[in-house]
Amino acid sequence: MANKITDETIDYVGILAKLELSPGEREQAKKDMEEMLDYIDLLGELDTGDVEPMSHVFPIHNVFRDDIPANTDHRGDILANAPAQKDGSFKVPKTVE
Amino acid sequence: MAKQYETVIGLEVHVELATKTKIFCSCSTQFGGAPNTHTCPVCTGMPGSLPVLNRQVVEYAVAVGLAANCQINQYCKFDRKNYFYPDNPQNYQISQLYLPICHDGYVEIETGPDKKKKKIGIHEIHMEEDAGKLIHDEWEDCSLVDYNRSGVPLIEIVSEPDMRSAEEVIAYLEKLRLLIQYLGASDCKLQEGSMRADVNLSVREVNANEYGTRTEMKNLNSFKAITRAIEAETKRQIERIEEGKAVVQETRRWDDNKEYSYAMRSKEDAQDYRYFPEPDLVPVQISDEWLRAIRDAQPEFRTQKQERYKKEYDIPEYDIDIITSSKHMADLFEETTALCRQPKKVSNWLMGETMRLLKEKGMDPEDIHFTPGHLAQLIQLVDERTINGTVAKEVFEQIFDRDVDPDVYVREKGLGAVTDEDTLKKVIEAVVRENPKSVEDYRGGKKKAMGYLVGQTMKELKGKGDPGIVNRILGELLNQE
Amino acid sequence: MEIYELSALELGRKIKQREISVAEAVQASLEQIRKKEPQYHCYLTIDEEGAKKRSALVQKQIDEGTFTGPLAGVPAALKDNLCTKGLKTTCASKILENFIPPYSAEAVLNLEAAGAIILGKTNMDEFAMGSTTETSFYGITRNPSNPEHVPGGSSGGSCAAVAAKECFYALGSDTGGSIRQPSSFCGVVGIKPTYGTVSRYGLVAYGSSLDQIGPVARNVSDCAAVLETIASYDPKDSTSVKRDDCDFTSALYEDVKGMRIGIPRDYLAEGLQTEVKDAVLAVAKELASKGAVVEEFDLSLVEYAVPAYYVIACAEASSNLARFDGVKYGYRTPEYDGLHNMYKKTRSEGFGAEVKRRIMLGSFVLSSGYYDAYYLKALRTKALIKKAFDAAFEKYDLILGPAAPTTAPRIGESLQDPIKMYLGDIYTVAVNLAGLPGISVPCGVDSKGLPIGFQLIGNLFREKDLIRAAYTWECSDVSGARQREEEK
Repeated sequence: MANKITDETIDYVGILAKLELSPGEREQAKKDMEEMLDYIDLLGELDTGDVEPMSHVFPIHNVFRDDIPANTDHRGDILANAPAQKDGSFKVPKTVE
Repeated sequence: MAKQYETVIGLEVHVELATKTKIFCSCSTQFGGAPNTHTCPVCTGMPGSLPVLNRQVVEYAVAVGLAANCQINQYCKFDRKNYFYPDNPQNYQISQLYLPICHDGYVEIETGPDKKKKKIGIHEIHMEEDAGKLIHDEWEDCSLVDYNRSGVPLIEIVSEPDMRSAEEVIAYLEKLRLLIQYLGASDCKLQEGSMRADVNLSVREVNANEYGTRTEMKNLNSFKAITRAIEAETKRQIERIEEGKAVVQETRRWDDNKEYSYAMRSKEDAQDYRYFPEPDLVPVQISDEWLRAIRDAQPEFRTQKQERYKKEYDIPEYDIDIITSSKHMADLFEETTALCRQPKKVSNWLMGETMRLLKEKGMDPEDIHFTPGHLAQLIQLVDERTINGTVAKEVFEQIFDRDVDPDVYVREKGLGAVTDEDTLKKVIEAVVRENPKSVEDYRGGKKKAMGYLVGQTMKELKGKGDPGIVNRILGELLNQE
Repeated sequence: MEIYELSALELGRKIKQREISVAEAVQASLEQIRKKEPQYHCYLTIDEEGAKKRSALVQKQIDEGTFTGPLAGVPAALKDNLCTKGLKTTCASKILENFIPPYSAEAVLNLEAAGAIILGKTNMDEFAMGSTTETSFYGITRNPSNPEHVPGGSSGGSCAAVAAKECFYALGSDTGGSIRQPSSFCGVVGIKPTYGTVSRYGLVAYGSSLDQIGPVARNVSDCAAVLETIASYDPKDSTSVKRDDCDFTSALYEDVKGMRIGIPRDYLAEGLQTEVKDAVLAVAKELASKGAVVEEFDLSLVEYAVPAYYVIACAEASSNLARFDGVKYGYRTPEYDGLHNMYKKTRSEGFGAEVKRRIMLGSFVLSSGYYDAYYLKALRTKALIKKAFDAAFEKYDLILGPAAPTTAPRIGESLQDPIKMYLGDIYTVAVNLAGLPGISVPCGVDSKGLPIGFQLIGNLFREKDLIRAAYTWECSDVSGARQREEEK
């Protein structure tokens, strides 16, 4: 089964991933994704009907922190790398029209 | 005949939990504070930072679930919800989709004058992290991001579409708020955003089997806004249907000033959250012992409290309803009563002066901050006749506002009742001298004149005369020939 | 012998015995860097000033007896995806061009607590996505064995720096073979520990469920000593494991008697360069001659590991890399129209082609309608692969195979065909899926003089088995390690 990636799909994935591809990149991306998906479809050969999906390799659970405040004010450090800041906050393009 | 419609409402209620620290880092959850002063690499999404779950969040979530008659998923996990927005520093929110901590519960509400009972189903309760706050700059064309709230723990309580009116919605929210406040899991303040409700609403013809297409409404900051938004959205949807247009499934933002909601649509906001299991956190396994411990630690809820008050205290049922409508008020009542052993008097202070002042100052019962000991002392001061009722009200205002120690306050302000008989006698003699007409009236049989003379005496004493002694001495003087 | 020729442990010993000062060691490394860097470009940041400053401090603490460990005063390099407080950390990406972390990775703190000197940050494939170190935004790294060839990747800078003796050891990270494959290409030793052994706090995430930090060094002993130093339980990493068996240097003895070693037949099949196959079989023979029981077996599912790996790694990466958006740190496009345009331009300009390729694929496999078919399917495959390894470890203590199908390819050869490049990870990715430890050890060179490495895979928490077998091989007459030693 050969996968077909349409322009709409590439645009849609671009919205999800916040990536804007140039026309050249788009064609390449379509081709790459089709090839990768064809390759991934190899997994279809496996009968995984009764297999539980495994996200964690070992059964560790209940890793907790106590509810005790520890952090002090790190604002200077936190903001030091900001591309734009104002009044102790991160500055971004206006979020409401 | 015009078609009859029915409104179908489900709620997604977000509640900020009353933990001291955030859900995945040790930053303070304190409300307020200069922007970004309660932040660290974890809650600002710095590269390489990792989350560690706050145990207290699990305990609160389970406690709320039990109070809302939910099944507890003793094995639950976190998932990532992916979407880009600047208030969300990682551009994903850690939440629960596949195995939420609680599911399939209900709360019972009562509506109408006949207190009609109805169960509102709870589909699930899950744990998640709050987002930061966006402030829109007034001077520049930009927004400012403050991550102080980023990572504050939330539970989201998702109801079934079981509500049919704004009244039921408010009753449901009140019920949830009461349960959660009784648990101490949150203060549930709509104004401050520690309780937020998104309304999922659709309409359909009465007796229809299928649900209509629903919309989701956000930004509802008060019960009034919720009521208005439900009415407006119901009307809007019915109008569309009547016009033969379809209702579009969308998210709408309510503007309470304009009393209008508008669609939050953008082609850049594809509602495709690409949930997948959060690899940086491990599952939560709630043992039977742990569950039992949380169950055993559940407080007495309102209904049980009401029953107990009826048995234990000789106060009217109306008072009991009001006092138990706030956990904080009920605590105050019980603690004060334990100290002074006069439930009726404590109740009177709460029902009377306290409620009056709350209303006057636009405060919630949760905002009361005086200590039970001070109210108990005040009651004692009145009992011992150290002060009279008028002065007591004045002192109470000080207790209410600033939690003053009434003993100290009365002493420092010299408000103690005048009980010294010689002092009183001198004042009364002067009053009798200066009001011969009233004295004559009294002696002539108009016993009411006595009241006027008492009033004059109290005026001279600036209200501090002991009424009993004043009455006795005055009586003695007037009845002398 | 020149100082830079010493192994990390030898240098540490000489520093402790006051034969060499910390300042001299740092000077030797910096000189070597000055000499070799123009040709190999192993480093992205060289912190000469910081290293010199710290050498005085470390010397003092060694003299005072505060630092007593075997690595005190020994200069090291760090892959540039490990956060270093006050020192630029770029992940070889334009999008993090100016990022200076306010904190250090836990593994780095552990090294510093043992008296390590950090020389700088090494080149890598952008965000660790690649197998050649050619996807770095800041230029390629060359293989010190032959500068026309790649060093492998993604920890290519770390492995090349160790091979070129521009540091005494380095840290890398391994998500699908990123320590083991470049180690084999560069002729050095690299360990990918059991998942959870080294804290991931401060490692810029690629595939969170697969990433592990590990050591790269000139020999097995150095590698064991570094791993012992960086392994720790860290309450800041929920996936960190409490272990009390991290005394890895205790496994440095020659003894494989009775050790059961299996070679997956699939690992020797088509696609494997003959010289690599012969070298790996020579290792098997040598270990057998020392008393190990070596046999071939069917591991099964080998061909499914790479597709499952790419689905999981790309899905996690698409989410992990969402935070690079021009708001909090790093690059922001200079001109934009509104928020979403800012996001898109920043990310499109800030990420390179391979990173974008993986983010797109990852976003797609998680998107509505495809999650079950791709992501869940991959997680089920992962469960099956784990089961296959469990079965293998019932019969064997170790699995032996190549680290990569070929020796280092020529520069520019691999990136043309992504699938072919991804297939190069066939022997390494399954180890990450199953959380297992693996080690890559040199075992000769091919006809062009390019290093060949073999890989040992252990069961969970069995690093000591790996180290013991690798050390036994290294001590043997045929390993070439002794000859290399004598050539000095």
